[in-house]
Amino acid sequence: MSVKIVERKPLTLAERTYIPQIVGGLKTTWKHLVRPKETMEYPEQRPAIPPRYRGVPTLVRDPHGREKCVSCQLCEFVCPPKAIRITPGEIPPDSATAHVEKGPQAFDIDMLRCIYCGMCEEVCPEEAIVLQNQFSMSGYSRDEMINHKDRLYELGGTLPDKHLKWDKKKAAEEHGNAH
Amino acid sequence: MIAPAKSDLVTVNVDGKEIAVPKGTNVIEAARLVGVDVPYYCYHPKLTVVGNCRMCLIEMGMPAVDPVSKAPIMDPVTGKQKINWIPRPQIGCATNASPGLHIRTNTPQIKDCREGVMEFLLINHPLDCPICDQAGECKLQEQSTGYGRGYSRFIEQKNVKPKRTQLGPRVTLDDERCILCSRCIRFCKEIAKDDVLGFVDRGSYSTLTCYPGKALANNYSLNTVDICPVGALTSTDFRFKMRVWFLKQTNSIDTESSVGANTVVWSREGVIYRITPRRNDEVNDTWLADSARDLYKPVRAADRLGSPLVSGSAATGEVAMAKAAEFLKSSAGSVAVVGSGRSSVEEQFLTRKLATALQASTHLVSRTGEGDKLLISADRNPNVRGALVIGLIAQLPKSTLGELGAAIDAGRVKAVVSVGEDLAAAGLTTAQLAKVAIVYLGTHANATTAAAKVVLPTLMTFEKNGTFVNQQFRLQKFFKAVPGPTGAVEDVAVLARLVAGCGGAAVAGEINTLWTTIAAEVPALQTVTFANLPETGLLLDATPWATLPFVEGETLHYKPAAQPASS
Repeated sequence: MSVKIVERKPLTLAERTYIPQIVGGLKTTWKHLVRPKETMEYPEQRPAIPPRYRGVPTLVRDPHGREKCVSCQLCEFVCPPKAIRITPGEIPPDSATAHVEKGPQAFDIDMLRCIYCGMCEEVCPEEAIVLQNQFSMSGYSRDEMINHKDRLYELGGTLPDKHLKWDKKKAAEEHGNAH
Repeated sequence: MIAPAKSDLVTVNVDGKEIAVPKGTNVIEAARLVGVDVPYYCYHPKLTVVGNCRMCLIEMGMPAVDPVSKAPIMDPVTGKQKINWIPRPQIGCATNASPGLHIRTNTPQIKDCREGVMEFLLINHPLDCPICDQAGECKLQEQSTGYGRGYSRFIEQKNVKPKRTQLGPRVTLDDERCILCSRCIRFCKEIAKDDVLGFVDRGSYSTLTCYPGKALANNYSLNTVDICPVGALTSTDFRFKMRVWFLKQTNSIDTESSVGANTVVWSREGVIYRITPRRNDEVNDTWLADSARDLYKPVRAADRLGSPLVSGSAATGEVAMAKAAEFLKSSAGSVAVVGSGRSSVEEQFLTRKLATALQASTHLVSRTGEGDKLLISADRNPNVRGALVIGLIAQLPKSTLGELGAAIDAGRVKAVVSVGEDLAAAGLTTAQLAKVAIVYLGTHANATTAAAKVVLPTLMTFEKNGTFVNQQFRLQKFFKAVPGPTGAVEDVAVLARLVAGCGGAAVAGEINTLWTTIAAEVPALQTVTFANLPETGLLLDATPWATLPFVEGETLHYKPAAQPASS
């Protein structure tokens, strides 16, 4: 194996003064000093959440305040990490939504297990469970990290409903079909 | 040698596949035998055929013959006999196999027919699957996926019919979901003999209803829920409790009476949600009494025994079993063993072993009630015949323990082992119970546990494996569906420990190993192992006990032998 010896070139005068290098470096520094900031002052400042963002799963009400979940338990079935646990129950006959018959007695989502995959939202036949823009969950204990039904509705709020199928159902029931 | 074809077999051709079936077999069953699925709603193998759902439409043809000479007409293209196809579809459920019958289920016409029937059925169906208890086991769901059009053309208003009707104490009716198959009506009329259901109104207003002033209250009403192909009839008890796709199915046996109806126990995470019948054409067909479906409720009762007790205070299982063995061994020779007709064959075998080790007398308590001529017999113990087969008893038990009471009064019995029998309920007085040291193996608290020296909590039928012998001397097995409560130990394990502790030969406290011992010692069971016992049970030879005056009257698939004149 042969060795080729490369001769080191002598430094020019400009290089020996170091000034062009210092100026070049300072140029980069100044450029970044005046450029707009990439980071933000979280949590005082919050990022803009794009639409269809998959945040914390929540339960929503329809525009008339009816809880949309009918506890069909499909989300519980489809949930890959088994984070969802529902206790189904019957809506009492004296309730205004008695014609829906079924609603959740308890609805728990364990946010320590949730992987934010959005399959619960995809599978829901009533459009009742929605992953919205809330992305930060924290708590001091494991119990605090389980979202119960009331918390889920508080997080979810009300969303518009194009179909209002249960209202139509009730109207048909009241109208009847004379024969 | 080729066996001559049985005269009652006929060859039919289903979608090009030939099969020999008994003459008169209906086309749905014949197609099932060659693996061709003919969808249906109203047909049920154990009910009469009405053919009103029109889902099982098939194309049917017969080999062509010359009308005059009756000579077969051959097809020159295939060289086989020509088939004359009926141009219009026929219903499969009401078409019986006849020689040379040809059936097609995969033609465009049949596909169209099925799509049309599905579309009509779904016109007034509410599509409320998210709140319907039938979802997951619904024929309408399955067949609209398999044979439906896939989208709806119906834009008019759907019919409104009564919802949430209580047909009886246990059955809820949603008329909008009903597809008018009339299975429930036929069941009530033909099987339950309580003809209370019927259709009123006409056309698309047809509505299932109960006869005015009557209720669907017979003890077989929940079978209508089982056979309802949609969610129209639902169980009030199971309503909105759990979706069926979460439930684990375990085969079990009904312990309500000596009929031994085959059941399926549905559980999730150690909690039982419902019990439904399992088809056994030799025992219960596809039916089950309503009362048998409530038997899981004591599993989580408040009075369930959880911890072993020695003289009324909690102890560990080890200590309690050692104490029990000590008591019994010290009074060997003056011990009585009260077995149970509710124990499994394995437990009765070990009970006999325990009695032999202690030179004890054995007793059994009978429970009788009125049979309903269907699936509840007069003998309310599920396994009295097991005790006979295994040799625990030689005569039929009496309803009270009079002999044992007399022996206690005379001072001949100092200690009593009771395997799940409440001695107070079986006729022993409080004074008699106080005189003897009682070792009680059982599941729930009662007067005997209060008086017992040692209480060993054991498991219920749903929490262990085992076998019962029913009234036909059919050996049937049941499986563990849910784990037992903390502190309770499997009966055979406790009994095996007691046998060993009382000086008997060591026996296995585990079902599969135990069966090798049982097979070796009991001649009637010498070929049986727990694993090889068929799902539908094994019929044992009943002749050694043919002369005993059994209390059962006639029930479904059971006729009592003629009683000896002396009894």
